[in-house]
Amino acid sequence: MRRYLLRRIVLLIPVLWGVATLVFAVTNIIPGDPVDLMLGETARPAQREELRKALGLDRPLLVQYGSYLGGLLKGDLGTSIHNNRPVAKLLAERIPASAELTIAALAIALAIALPLGIVAARRAGSLVDMGASALAVLGASIPVFWLGPLLIIFFSIDLGWLPVSGRTGVLSLVLPAVTLGTALSAILMRLTRSSLLEVLPQDYLSTARAKGLTERKVLWLHALRNACLPLITILSLQLGALLSGAIITETVFAWPGVGRLTIQAISARDYPLVQGCVLFIAFVYVAGNLLADIAYAWLDPRVRYN
Amino acid sequence: MRGNASIRFGAVIIVIMVIAAVAAPIFAPQDPYTQTLSEGLAPPGADHPFGQDKLGRDIASRVIYGARISLMVGFAAVLVSVLVGLIVGSIAGYAGGLWDEGIMRVTDVFLAFPGILLAIALMSVLEPRVGNVVLSLSAFGWVGYARLVRGQVLTMRERDFVSAAHASGAGPVRIIARHILVNILSPVIVEASFGMAGAIVAEAGLSFLGLGVQAPEPSWGAMLADGRNFLLVAPHLTLFPGIALALTVMSLNILGDGLRDWLDPAQKR
Repeated sequence: MRRYLLRRIVLLIPVLWGVATLVFAVTNIIPGDPVDLMLGETARPAQREELRKALGLDRPLLVQYGSYLGGLLKGDLGTSIHNNRPVAKLLAERIPASAELTIAALAIALAIALPLGIVAARRAGSLVDMGASALAVLGASIPVFWLGPLLIIFFSIDLGWLPVSGRTGVLSLVLPAVTLGTALSAILMRLTRSSLLEVLPQDYLSTARAKGLTERKVLWLHALRNACLPLITILSLQLGALLSGAIITETVFAWPGVGRLTIQAISARDYPLVQGCVLFIAFVYVAGNLLADIAYAWLDPRVRYN
Repeated sequence: MRGNASIRFGAVIIVIMVIAAVAAPIFAPQDPYTQTLSEGLAPPGADHPFGQDKLGRDIASRVIYGARISLMVGFAAVLVSVLVGLIVGSIAGYAGGLWDEGIMRVTDVFLAFPGILLAIALMSVLEPRVGNVVLSLSAFGWVGYARLVRGQVLTMRERDFVSAAHASGAGPVRIIARHILVNILSPVIVEASFGMAGAIVAEAGLSFLGLGVQAPEPSWGAMLADGRNFLLVAPHLTLFPGIALALTVMSLNILGDGLRDWLDPAQKR
């Protein structure tokens, strides 16, 4: 297991380097001059030169790239142009809100998907099953930037139960988390159903029943356990949709997370901050996938020896 | 719904959407750009079945014209992605060795960007034009197809009919184009159907964030962004473009499900 871990981590280094390089390339192919964008057309040449120097833009591109990579290695993501604070600090302030939203969305998705998937599998072909499947197709097709406003209209404006936006306690988390978790829940539900359908007719479940286990134990402990591996695969595949969905969900609900910071940075043309946000989100994604692989190897020893 | 029923349902809705988009000037009750400021935010009524937006433009007409942008961008992005994916994936799978290794490491880097993050990053520096939206969606879209094609080509390469073609003197380009690609198109078509749903949502998402198609062009995503400011007084701004978007995406997903079951019964999930 340790060798497997080490190999996976070493393989990540070129990927992370590539990600950093691609982000640098993207933010440096700007056809215009960031200094012009920041100062506007009316700035004097001396002012431009000064800002250019301050940002290090007067140096050759390769030198800029070198100092950018060097900074990254030291955990320095640069300084925000807009409010002159370290990008890493600005990010750190937003991480708790994003983590809260993503974890809540994941929890909601699982809480809906597992029971619904189990019921659908046990009564495959019944009305309940078809209803759940139809719901899943619908849930997977509704974009967050439509579902969010619909939930706001219904639960916040018509019923007045939940806050429209902002992060003001547990109640304000409900709508953003449901919005973000719905598509994932639809996908997980379909997966739970299909993996259970494969497992349910197998002999070892009859054995479990024969030795007197309750149906609940048979399902949750024996059947679902084998549905776990595909569940982890899908979760790591869906983590990307979850993270990029969070960017839009945070914008819909004015949720003060990393996603909203990214969009705010783009509107403010704060390129160091944009760079930092994009890098951070990609890093979380890569780390999440690594965790999924580790969990997979831990649950299924065959993976380790490949 | 299984197989054929799914294909029929999805295809019918998509065909209706395409017809509406192509013949938008015929179906749209009004001009989608004409402003009537005095009737701003008017709710649905006889003249305007979906109501009017903040500038008094007819929402029904804008939704119909919006189908043009959504379908066009979605189709173009998938087409570019598939073409690039086919070429890159074939090279990796057929040439093998260093080519394969190099290309796969590049796809690793692209796959490290979750969802539309790379498109968001690109649109933050590119001018918000339709062509650039297609470009940035394809910039990450090709990766999935490249991997899929590579895997398929790898298995096909060892088959007897490929060796036979090779023995009869066919060059690699001919072997890939005439013998391999035709045999691996099924999974690519299935993926493309889901991919188009994804591209349409991504375009709408970029427009919603203000990074995609700009006003006054009627894009569903931009219309939803407009509607967000008037949820309290004019929910119809949000309702109708969203229905059109969700319906399109759902039909493409159902079509993809159906195609998968039909083309590859063994992979039924």
